[in-house]
Amino acid sequence: MRAKKKFGLQTVAFSRPVAIISSATCVGPLEGTGPLQGSFDVVYPDMLNGAKSWEAAETAMLKETVQMVLGKGAVSSSSVDILLAGDLLNQCTSANFAARDLGIPMLGLYGACSTMAESTGLGAALIDGGFATHTVAAVSSHNATSERQYRFPTEYGGQRPPYSQYTVTGAGALLLADGLHHQGLMPRVTHFTIGKVVDLGIKDPFDMGAAMAPAAADTILRHFSDLNLPAEHYDLVVTGDLAYVGYNILRELLHQSNLELGSRLNDCGLMIYDRNVQPVFAGGSGCGCSAAVFCGYLFELLRAGALQRLLLVGTGALLSPTTFQQGETIPCVAHAVAIEMCHDRMAE
Amino acid sequence: METVGSSKAKQRQQLQRKDYQRLSAQKRLKIPVARNTMVAFVVGGLVSVLGQVLIFLYMRLGFSAEQAASPMVATLIVIASVLTGLGVWDYIGQFAGAGVGVPVTGFANSIVSSAIEFKREGYILGVGGRMFQLAGPVIVYGVVTALVVGILHGLVRGL
Repeated sequence: MRAKKKFGLQTVAFSRPVAIISSATCVGPLEGTGPLQGSFDVVYPDMLNGAKSWEAAETAMLKETVQMVLGKGAVSSSSVDILLAGDLLNQCTSANFAARDLGIPMLGLYGACSTMAESTGLGAALIDGGFATHTVAAVSSHNATSERQYRFPTEYGGQRPPYSQYTVTGAGALLLADGLHHQGLMPRVTHFTIGKVVDLGIKDPFDMGAAMAPAAADTILRHFSDLNLPAEHYDLVVTGDLAYVGYNILRELLHQSNLELGSRLNDCGLMIYDRNVQPVFAGGSGCGCSAAVFCGYLFELLRAGALQRLLLVGTGALLSPTTFQQGETIPCVAHAVAIEMCHDRMAE
Repeated sequence: METVGSSKAKQRQQLQRKDYQRLSAQKRLKIPVARNTMVAFVVGGLVSVLGQVLIFLYMRLGFSAEQAASPMVATLIVIASVLTGLGVWDYIGQFAGAGVGVPVTGFANSIVSSAIEFKREGYILGVGGRMFQLAGPVIVYGVVTALVVGILHGLVRGL
């Protein structure tokens, strides 16, 4: 028997699109001085912002972002049924430690850099299923916590290849709510495509864009075919953090499958930094990348009506220092959430 | 229908992987090997010149030519360590690559950067336990190489 809300092989459609009533972002100094400056709610003046460790700084950033999203949505933490949060660290450290002080029932998620799309899709599904009226989807990443966990000490002077990426210091949060109580014109989550883990044999942990591009292509193509959509359906299809290398490969892969998105395809890892001026190599990465770009800049474009329909494709490289040292290839995943600026459908 | 893991499916997957390796290699931003080699050669040379100048200085202070090598190495280590502590060595390393990574300066940076990074986990298990996580292989294989060369040297002399 087929699930009632499932279309095609991997896509679910919400019977009542889930309202995104507010969003919030917080970023570090490099992101705050990049091309999207002015679109973030809070910019930390330095990487620690007075905390006693990088991990404590990331935790504080995520906590502040969740508190801001609640404040902007005028919803108290006790009215939120579930917080879906994640980050890049072992044991979902930042998310769990932030939740310790927030007092909201919490589910920790790990989808590497795909977690923003994963948490948004799951948060919407829980609401549409009738298990919650309000959920918060929140993720963070921090350059220094990721560097020390996945690569080298932050002050180590190794030479990085030009195709490597720079982990974004940033957090983003969305407050999702039942359409019944929020019927006005606002961005709504309409569909969620759950990606398969794809691995085409990339081994170099610096080459994450190339590792993730096939997963992104797989999910995007699946989304369009599951819903039988024309290429021009979305004003913007935006991937999480493929950066320069992965973005160009994705374009080629979509071209090979006859999906021409043209200028409708972009990548948060290319948008958040100016890679010609800032020392970020191929571009941004980390789950804070898609979170900070989507919850800030893109969310405002939706609200302003500059974008009507958007597909956010979170892309995650599911490697660990252990697996790549043992010579394993890098499995990757991409999840897509479709967001549309619209009224509550049932109210019409 | 093809079952997952059947030999045909595996073959197709391998073919797909091969095609993809080719495509991704084509699109990957190239490492500027010529530029990196040149810069490493020049900067590495400059570090050696600095070392030689230091040897002359220490000889003036009364060290013999052989003795002066030790305070010279110590001085280079101090310079690299201080610059690591000031947070500028990672930029120098990105610029010069092997030019500063291969001399003793790179070794110093690997130890000091680890010590700084893990200080928050305490002086025993943090600094003490992880200080040599990058330098460890250099020490281990340096000792092994010295042993092998020593044995060969002994054998050759014995013959």
